[in-house]
Amino acid sequence: MLYRDYFPLLKHHPEIIYLDNAATSQKPESVINEIVHYYEEHNGSPHRGAHILSVRSTEIYERGRDAVRDFIHANRSEEIIFTRNATESLNLIAYGYVMHEIKSHQNIVLSITNHHSNILPFQQLKHLGFELRYLYCDETGQFLDSELDKIDENTFLVSLPIISNGIGVIHDVKSVFDKADAVGAIKLLDAAQGVGHMEVDVQALNADLLVFSGHKMFGPQGIGVLYGRYELLDTFHPFLTGGDMIEYVTEQTSSFAPLPERLEAGTQNVEGVLGLTKAIEFIEEIGLKNIHAVEAELTTYAYEKMKSDDAIEIYGPTELNHRGALITFNLKEVHPHDVASILDSHHIAIRAGHHCCQPLMHHLNLQSTCRVSFSVFNTRDDIDKLYNAINEVKKVFYE
Amino acid sequence: MNSIYSELILEHNKSKHNKRELDHPDHVERGHNPNCGDDLTLQLIVKDNIIVDAGYIGSGCAISQASMSIMIDMVKGETVAFAKEKADIFFRMIRGESLTEEELESLEDAIAFESLNRMPARAKCGTLGWHCLEESLK
Ligand SMILES: Cc1ncc(COP(=O)(O)O)c(C=O)c1O
Repeated sequence: MLYRDYFPLLKHHPEIIYLDNAATSQKPESVINEIVHYYEEHNGSPHRGAHILSVRSTEIYERGRDAVRDFIHANRSEEIIFTRNATESLNLIAYGYVMHEIKSHQNIVLSITNHHSNILPFQQLKHLGFELRYLYCDETGQFLDSELDKIDENTFLVSLPIISNGIGVIHDVKSVFDKADAVGAIKLLDAAQGVGHMEVDVQALNADLLVFSGHKMFGPQGIGVLYGRYELLDTFHPFLTGGDMIEYVTEQTSSFAPLPERLEAGTQNVEGVLGLTKAIEFIEEIGLKNIHAVEAELTTYAYEKMKSDDAIEIYGPTELNHRGALITFNLKEVHPHDVASILDSHHIAIRAGHHCCQPLMHHLNLQSTCRVSFSVFNTRDDIDKLYNAINEVKKVFYE
Repeated sequence: MNSIYSELILEHNKSKHNKRELDHPDHVERGHNPNCGDDLTLQLIVKDNIIVDAGYIGSGCAISQASMSIMIDMVKGETVAFAKEKADIFFRMIRGESLTEEELESLEDAIAFESLNRMPARAKCGTLGWHCLEESLK
């Protein structure tokens, strides 16, 4: 069976070449079917009520938590909090923890490669008086050694992506986190572009906090994860309050439930958790090693092909073992949106724009770029078609 | 779909005859599409209700620049009322509202952008210049 055959959308649209996997992945049949099956067979409100349907949906939901725990090698299920997406997880960190704990003389150190969702929640708290610092990278995405000196004894938190969605660099997380450990800062890793593409092990990565979205790893949209080391997560204040997260409620005061419920207010997204659980099974069935091998091979193939073309300017790492399964580039003299629109007319889906990384783009002196990002179902043939279509763009603009 | 990248649009995109800085413009309106990075500024000189000169500067995609340029060709030397009327018709065309034959014809070369009403992702590029014009003439 071809990997492509697992994805109903690609069967229904054999003409589509989907190269926007970094934005959101396509969904395997097993994920889609399980969600339908859930509503046909098990649907009830989790954590509420004694009837069989409620009990079943609670089981499904909590089994999903265990599956995520094992997938990222967390110690305990209570360390897994379900959110809507990586963005909500990052906001939960900012409003549930940083806002209550940071002192005005402290600083937060962010990578300049951070996605907006890993910048704005901290920027929104600037009125508390702390300083926001950035680790600058060179054009291949590497931090200069001296940049790490910005992490000092007043650093409250350090945050970076495991893979930059803007330029594709796989960061050397260890060197940054070792420095954070040396000064006792909290280590936050945005694994949104990592999960499903590479091993993400919270122990090996030495992360205190880690976030990702289900929809970028074959799961449904609307489900995300916050992992937190238990002792740290247990000091988080609820960001949303209401049903399900309480112990006792009186007219004037309330006490809260223990983790994980305390940070999950309201009726939860059982269908999302179930879809995410099936997505994890899908990844494990194919195997991260196989996924990585396919993606690395395609990335190399596409990179070499594009690099040999003088009209194409590629950004980010030149050493391919530092590059995730994505390539950002520009066709000289052609605006990325014109490239993307013409590729779309050839049924090739790519992303064009600033990729929610305006500070990075500004730092690298780029207005906007095109981005192709690969998944296990892509093939060399897809890349050949991409390249032929890029040649069509050239015809339109250069001739 | 390559229809939107017609000869006309590409010619305007390349020729850049309206891409120039005016000496003493009395209206300067910057238009920005943060999502694409289109960033164009329209400059006008209006005397006695006539647009006597117009030009634009900045950077943007082929569609935003060509639309701006075609618009400038159309309104230069015309009255403010004429320009406002054309802007109104252009916006209605992009929104996909039905136009009378005369209205459509009155858009002349700007008809080339009609298919943007089926390309929501690019409609903002095509209307950027017209928004600048509308703001300038308020
Ligand atoms: C590196 C990175 N972090 C965070 C996000 C935010 O993900 P979401 O929009 O699913 O919250 C993205 C998605 O574009 C991303 O690529």
